[in-house]
Amino acid sequence: MADLSTTFAGIKSPNPFWLASAPPTDKAYNVVRAYKEGWGGVVWKTLGEDGPPVVNVSGPRYGAIHSQDRRVYGFNNIELITDRPLAVNLQEIKQVKRDWPDRALVVSLMVPCTEESWKAILPVVEETGCDGIELNFGCPHGMSERGMGSAVGQVPEYVEMVTRWCKQHSRMPVIVKLTPNVSDIRKPAEAAMRGGADAVSLINTINSLMGVDIDTMMPLPSTGGYATHGGYCGAAVKPISLNMVSEIARTPATRNLSISGIGGIETWRDAVEYIALGAGNVQVCTAAMVYGFRVVKEMITGLSDYMDAKCYRSIEDMRGLAVPKMTDWQYLNLDYVAKAKINQDLCIQCGRCHISCEDTSHQAISSEKDGVRHFEVREEDCVGCNLCVLVCPVENCITLESKPEGSIDIRTGYEVKGHRTWLEHPNNPGATNPKPPAGKYVGAQHVEKHADFCSEPAE
Amino acid sequence: MSASSDIASGRLPAATLAENFADIHAPLDRFEARVAAERCLFCYDAPCVKACPTTIDIPLFIRQIASGNPVGSAKTILDQNIMGGMCARVCPTETLCEEACVRNAAEGNPVEIGRLQRFATDTLMQSGKQVFHRAPPTGKSIAVVGGGPAGLACAHRLAKLGHDVTLFEASEKLGGLNEFGIAAYKSTDDFAAREVAFILSIGGIKVETGKRLGRDIALSHLMADYDAVFLGMGLGGTNTLDLGEEPAGVIDAVEYIAQLRQSTDLASLPVGRRVVVIGGGMTAIDIASQIKRLGAEEVTIVYRRGQDRMNASTYEQHLAQTDGVLIRTWGKPVRLHGVGGHLTSVEIEHTREVDGKLVGTGETYTLPCDQLFKAIGQTLLADELEASGIAIKGGRIVVDVNRQTSLAGVWAGGDCVAGGDDLTVSAVADGRDAAMAIHASLKAAASAVA
Repeated sequence: MADLSTTFAGIKSPNPFWLASAPPTDKAYNVVRAYKEGWGGVVWKTLGEDGPPVVNVSGPRYGAIHSQDRRVYGFNNIELITDRPLAVNLQEIKQVKRDWPDRALVVSLMVPCTEESWKAILPVVEETGCDGIELNFGCPHGMSERGMGSAVGQVPEYVEMVTRWCKQHSRMPVIVKLTPNVSDIRKPAEAAMRGGADAVSLINTINSLMGVDIDTMMPLPSTGGYATHGGYCGAAVKPISLNMVSEIARTPATRNLSISGIGGIETWRDAVEYIALGAGNVQVCTAAMVYGFRVVKEMITGLSDYMDAKCYRSIEDMRGLAVPKMTDWQYLNLDYVAKAKINQDLCIQCGRCHISCEDTSHQAISSEKDGVRHFEVREEDCVGCNLCVLVCPVENCITLESKPEGSIDIRTGYEVKGHRTWLEHPNNPGATNPKPPAGKYVGAQHVEKHADFCSEPAE
Repeated sequence: MSASSDIASGRLPAATLAENFADIHAPLDRFEARVAAERCLFCYDAPCVKACPTTIDIPLFIRQIASGNPVGSAKTILDQNIMGGMCARVCPTETLCEEACVRNAAEGNPVEIGRLQRFATDTLMQSGKQVFHRAPPTGKSIAVVGGGPAGLACAHRLAKLGHDVTLFEASEKLGGLNEFGIAAYKSTDDFAAREVAFILSIGGIKVETGKRLGRDIALSHLMADYDAVFLGMGLGGTNTLDLGEEPAGVIDAVEYIAQLRQSTDLASLPVGRRVVVIGGGMTAIDIASQIKRLGAEEVTIVYRRGQDRMNASTYEQHLAQTDGVLIRTWGKPVRLHGVGGHLTSVEIEHTREVDGKLVGTGETYTLPCDQLFKAIGQTLLADELEASGIAIKGGRIVVDVNRQTSLAGVWAGGDCVAGGDDLTVSAVADGRDAAMAIHASLKAAASAVA
């Protein structure tokens, strides 16, 4: 059976599923319930500096985007860091770690951006015996207005500086949690690395407004007549996070940085994707908040069964396997050709492929054959854009098939052959060494259609 | 076998009767409707639309439900079919729109188009909003004969176009078979009457009840007094068994259902202990199911051909069978037996088809019964019409694609015309299309004069 255990930033965990720093990890009660269900680790909800606890709103703290049948696709929150006294949190962390020594327990921290503040909190946290700390440089609402959270995470120099203080003033592993509310995620990641971070975790939540009540013209969620932006998470953010994780994993400067993947992980499949893109473990919040801690059982069994089926003995066996396949657009093979193909046995005749292609793409799917409703790809017009594959309601009914080397792309009239990127393409004025097509030209069957739309209007 | 017939009223307690005649399909609530609507794929050139006799833009009205605009959705429906509310209840959707739904091919389960249509139209009717407005008056007046689906649809469309309509109805109440014919559990809470009120609320429709063509009004007078005439009086007569004198207990199903539909106390209706229904159409199913639900112990439908040949849809047949009705096929009644003038049994002869012709085999069996319902089809009361010289074929009025009869200025639609399928939805389409043809004809005449 596959070994799911991980050692992430030096921290051991029986499985790669951690609960992210968030409401589910606010206190011992929740954390113990999570451990009982099998979570490998938790990142305790962010502690602030000693003093009067932060105050949260007592109106809605959360908002959501639902499907028609009320499945939660996207989720947001305007909750701040823990609003419980520091001493209570520290005492509970110490007790929980003592009771659950085999589970990872990392403490999330956020204090003002001064060395004294960090120097004050680090030793008291270290004293709990926790496994490490995560620096909350990501929270995009409330705390950022006070110069913390994403206000730090958006300035690489601050990220580096605070990370360095933490490494200087404690022996604990330091994970830097990154905000996605930046234009280039590699910059804060590199900064964390320069500061000595043991790992980064990403993403924190995305600036978001969940909607407007169009009866009252009230933005949502609202508190007593006013609304503010919150942090967006849940299944909807996964593609954004996956890209950022892959950017860090494939950039030479950061490729050796440990990554904890966060964002829209609802099932073991999501976790495998993050691991494939270089994450050493994953953190989950929304799925737990929607379904309860029990979801981890599905994640653990699913991951284990998948690894057995694929003969991966450990998480490290499969970690990063998708990373080498990520590149920049300019390195994509422009001589590669694929065409959509409709499996007539599976087609249910809804015609969505036709209308989407006809109205919005390349007019490459016919809707009739011998006077009968029938949908078929016209290869001479298909550019392989994948739209029909995506809008088809039947799985695997429409597939994109690679054209083999040596076959003819009847749209362009060229033999499918060779490998030219944009850097070598003759249409690129900046190409230093442009190459002609490797395949021979045999003449296109494609004819320019819809000339009537371009002609002068009839009298 | 008892010697005398056993007919009684109040066979079931009031609570059971209420349950048996409650809405057969509970309406969808707002959330259920949204989830059901989400299943619609918004097909290109959707097959469901093509399968609808009134060509309602089904993907559009469902998307309007999904996006929280049920009133707009109802308008989409009623624009094409003013009786969208009743059709949502009585259409054999399993052989129309829902049969065509591509979800059948995907997972053997269509989008619930009928129930969604009901959700939208119910929402509009409950809101009390009027979404139709009359065009400026044209000064033209049109006589519509028959207050059933065809006549009402025609009258509404004509009124909307600015014409003045006089609607003649033979009975004292509008609605036609919606009011008097269809099974009670398909139109609960007086829906047929409420829909009629909604249709009339557009204005411009003068209603004259108790006016039967040939008895109280003459076609020649209507043609003289109005700019156009629409005939939509349905089928006023019923076929007979031709078995000689009928003992008490042999009942016309159409009449009994009308009585049932107008009854304020179902427990007062006479119900036989053992009942036989002759026929294979919707009326046969409706009377069989309803008499069973009224408390009859044994109900048997006897149909002269195979079950696949019954005019009643498969869904309706299954409904009756689920109610406990036995369907016996390949048999026809040949003799009625009575004691003291009351029906006690019916003799059925086996039948078979020889070269496409139905023949009796000579073998018979006897079904003891206290009531026998005749549901063997309805006929056009054609006397008045034939005198007028209107073309009639196969007992139905002949019309062209525009629903125009052989008489200039006279249009017709619904069950009384040839080539129909006896569905409410088709009658509505007839009425609507005839109204459009009348409108076009009057407009053409007006511009010719100008």
